[in-house]
Amino acid sequence: MPEEVTSLNSAADRFNEERLIQRIREGEHELFYELIRPYERRVYSAALAILRNEADAEDAAQEAVLKAFKNIRQFRGEARFSTWLIQITVNEARMWRRKERAHLVEPIVDREDAEGDYIPRDFADWREIPSETLERKEVREKLAEALEALGHIYREVFVLRDMQHLSIEETAKALGISSASVKTRLLRARLMLRDLLAPGLGGTWNTRLHFAKGTKPW
Amino acid sequence: MVVNCEQVWREISNYLEDDVDPNLRVAMEAHFRECERCRSVLEGTRNVIQLYGDERMIDVPLGFSHRLQRRLEENIQPSRRSFLGWMVAAAAAVVTAGALELASSASSRTPPLRSEHAQPGAGIPPDLLVVVSDNAKTFHVAQCPFIHDRKTVRTVTAREAQQQGYVPCVRCMKQYLKQT
Repeated sequence: MPEEVTSLNSAADRFNEERLIQRIREGEHELFYELIRPYERRVYSAALAILRNEADAEDAAQEAVLKAFKNIRQFRGEARFSTWLIQITVNEARMWRRKERAHLVEPIVDREDAEGDYIPRDFADWREIPSETLERKEVREKLAEALEALGHIYREVFVLRDMQHLSIEETAKALGISSASVKTRLLRARLMLRDLLAPGLGGTWNTRLHFAKGTKPW
Repeated sequence: MVVNCEQVWREISNYLEDDVDPNLRVAMEAHFRECERCRSVLEGTRNVIQLYGDERMIDVPLGFSHRLQRRLEENIQPSRRSFLGWMVAAAAAVVTAGALELASSASSRTPPLRSEHAQPGAGIPPDLLVVVSDNAKTFHVAQCPFIHDRKTVRTVTAREAQQQGYVPCVRCMKQYLKQT
């Protein structure tokens, strides 16, 4: 799989980013939005991965961005700014979750890694879902629905690594877990999603999904 | 080196990350050539990564950027300036405040209320931060559960809300309605 390649990571962009951070620290506070703008979608999606509720995710994302501003002097430049920002977002969203859902008992599967290997369930010929179908809202919604059906420890890892393209190490750092745990959870997340989207299964392993056979939008 | 299906499934994610040792990679490739089931798992997993990795899968709610920007503007103090800069800004502020005061007193005489059934409220602190939305008639405190059309919600002061014809929410602004 190719390494992350986005224009945001080019040396020139990183240099500009460092200069922006310096100017903000020196008092040009109004530049802060310019600094975080390339990452605002990622901040939201990280919060959503944890909270699964759009309104909560937006509130937590805003809080996280404000915290990043207040703590900009503590950013040492050892990690990428984006990783640092996502780490703050993860912490904020987790606090939000504890606060909002303190009265709810999380299912064990959400708190602990499942033991044993994940056995794929669908071995029919894989019918490729082409990227072009992502233009269609109902396809994106079905994919989002499948993602939402994962236990949160799997969803968090998957969103940071496969959707936001953080490295394994950055994902581990942002979530405060080991790289080995990231790999284990990533494997399970990917295989579970594959089963959910597989042509023959209909997502029956999880009753929250209602993909009837033959009704998927691809 | 020969691998079975279970070993392949265990390593398939690392295989796609190009994070397996070369001998294992060769063994897995040989297995994929022979085993249709594992090929299906490989193709599906690769497809999953490709689809979810697409930028289009990160979707933010309408107006998200705008609301975030506003929140930052409300909470981040503007730049430090030079003394001269401050003096100029202060003078401008005095002029603007005067103009606003005039506008405010002019508009406060006949604010066209958005709802003819509503009470205008009394004693509402003019600088109280409230929220309004485009197609609504009332203004609310941010936590009020009765805010309509949350997608267009924006934060303003109570004075601005009233100048724009908004009336106080009968639930969250109840305390100011009792005084009328």
